[in-house]
Amino acid sequence: MEKVSKFSLKDVNLWYSDFQALKNINMEIPANFITAFIGPSGCGKSTLIKSLNRMNDLIEGCRITGDILLDNESIHGNIDVNMLRKRVGMVFQKPNPFPMSVFDNVAYGPRTHGIKSKFRLNEIVEKSLCDAAIWDEVKDRLKKSALSLSGGQQQRLCIARALSVQPDVLLMDEPTSALDPISTAKIEELVIKLKDSYTIVIVTHNMQQATRISDRTGFFLLGELVEYGKTERIFSVPKDKRCEDYITGRFG
Amino acid sequence: MGIRSLISLIRRNKERIAKHLFALSASAAIAAVGLICVFLFMQGLPAMWDIGIFNFLTGTDWQPDWTPPRFGILPMIVGSLYVTAGAILFGVPTGIFAAVFMAKFCPAPLYKILKPAINLLAGIPSVVYGYFGMVVLVPFVRENFGGNGNSILTASILLGMMILPTIITISESAIRAVPGEIYDGAVALGASHEHATFRVILPAAKSGVMASVILGIGRAVGETMAVRMVAGNQAVLRMPHEFIRGVRTLTANIVLELGYAYPGDHRPALIATGVVLFVFVMLINTLFAILKKKEGV
Repeated sequence: MEKVSKFSLKDVNLWYSDFQALKNINMEIPANFITAFIGPSGCGKSTLIKSLNRMNDLIEGCRITGDILLDNESIHGNIDVNMLRKRVGMVFQKPNPFPMSVFDNVAYGPRTHGIKSKFRLNEIVEKSLCDAAIWDEVKDRLKKSALSLSGGQQQRLCIARALSVQPDVLLMDEPTSALDPISTAKIEELVIKLKDSYTIVIVTHNMQQATRISDRTGFFLLGELVEYGKTERIFSVPKDKRCEDYITGRFG
Repeated sequence: MGIRSLISLIRRNKERIAKHLFALSASAAIAAVGLICVFLFMQGLPAMWDIGIFNFLTGTDWQPDWTPPRFGILPMIVGSLYVTAGAILFGVPTGIFAAVFMAKFCPAPLYKILKPAINLLAGIPSVVYGYFGMVVLVPFVRENFGGNGNSILTASILLGMMILPTIITISESAIRAVPGEIYDGAVALGASHEHATFRVILPAAKSGVMASVILGIGRAVGETMAVRMVAGNQAVLRMPHEFIRGVRTLTANIVLELGYAYPGDHRPALIATGVVLFVFVMLINTLFAILKKKEGV
């Protein structure tokens, strides 16, 4: 069964000043799937994920051609970039909770988008923390600083924070690379659970992680999308020699 | 011992000599603070005792030429508090907004002009500020608010300007020290640049900003020359609504009268004024230290 595309990338080229970081990327990212981007460092996978919510806008000298469609609408056209980022949430490599209380971290997003009612905020915070599988651990310390949480808890808090504005898509840029195996397992479990309600794009250095959780995998090398397809297929019968070499650990 | 062997002796013991030199320099600084402390208290405390600490601190008459003289410094304590509060009122919001602008909104070409300008502001001698106050602010206040222009308001505006560089420079570096990831996290939630800056970055830089404010207050409390040039210097207890009338600060009190102190308690009373000022500054520094500790710097 062919899935509905959440994102359609058409001939995406991206430059950082003179350096071309992405070359002619064409891909469809299906809704309610987990799509993994793999590849060696500097291959452009993080750059691409940051293009999906236009976080690259913040980088000076970044230029992009081609088009990226979200639900068949260009994200570079007549669109409010803040609304785009509300729809396309992001979790970063290093947990980056705000230096404020657990509650305020999660309430920040909804408050930004105009929700003032204390009752509504309480509701959203609880639901987001539950969805991020961290409610039980923090429900008694909502007023405590988020920085007092462990790294794994901080990352799940960041996921809760991303969920608080009810996005359609969750972009995760190596979300477990700074975490221990137990925290990693918790987050992987969570990501699989979130698939029902969100489209998830995850960048990972960890190929086991890609096989464990993703439905689709894209292999990137030197700014090109070398191979893209069903995860089982990519990892069992890769078509491209470079992709095979990478996943069998011959380089990278 | 020849000059050559002396040189070689120094060369061989370079490290040790340097160490002692550094230790000596450090002790000089500590000794200076210690000596100031000792002499100030030695000369000031007996006078306070003589006058009566309560009379001294809460007396509203400062009349050194009366018989018997009166040494009440409440007008000056209150005066210092007024102009400091005024300086905070004018200087703190302006300084913090300027720092936010410099760190998060300022276009690069403008920054190249603004930054050295603010550094220059920090280096201007206070007598020059005082002169500016006399020729610009005093007439301005006189014409727009009444009175003769030498007033609490004038001193407050001038001090507010003088504490700007301290507040801007330290707040700006505190804002810049907030990790970029924090900003990215806010923007990725759909927050605008302004929202992320004022609701996430500025609160995250809170303790640094507070530190800048406290250092600014320290500067305002201790400022002497500029204040005495525009404040009017009447040793009269003022009420807050009398902000267009003159006031005398603790610092001005010392500098105005120390040169021709009457025999008896006058001179010690002025030194005791210094003790009170010293205690104020110490309180401010302690507050600063506590904040820094909280920050974990």
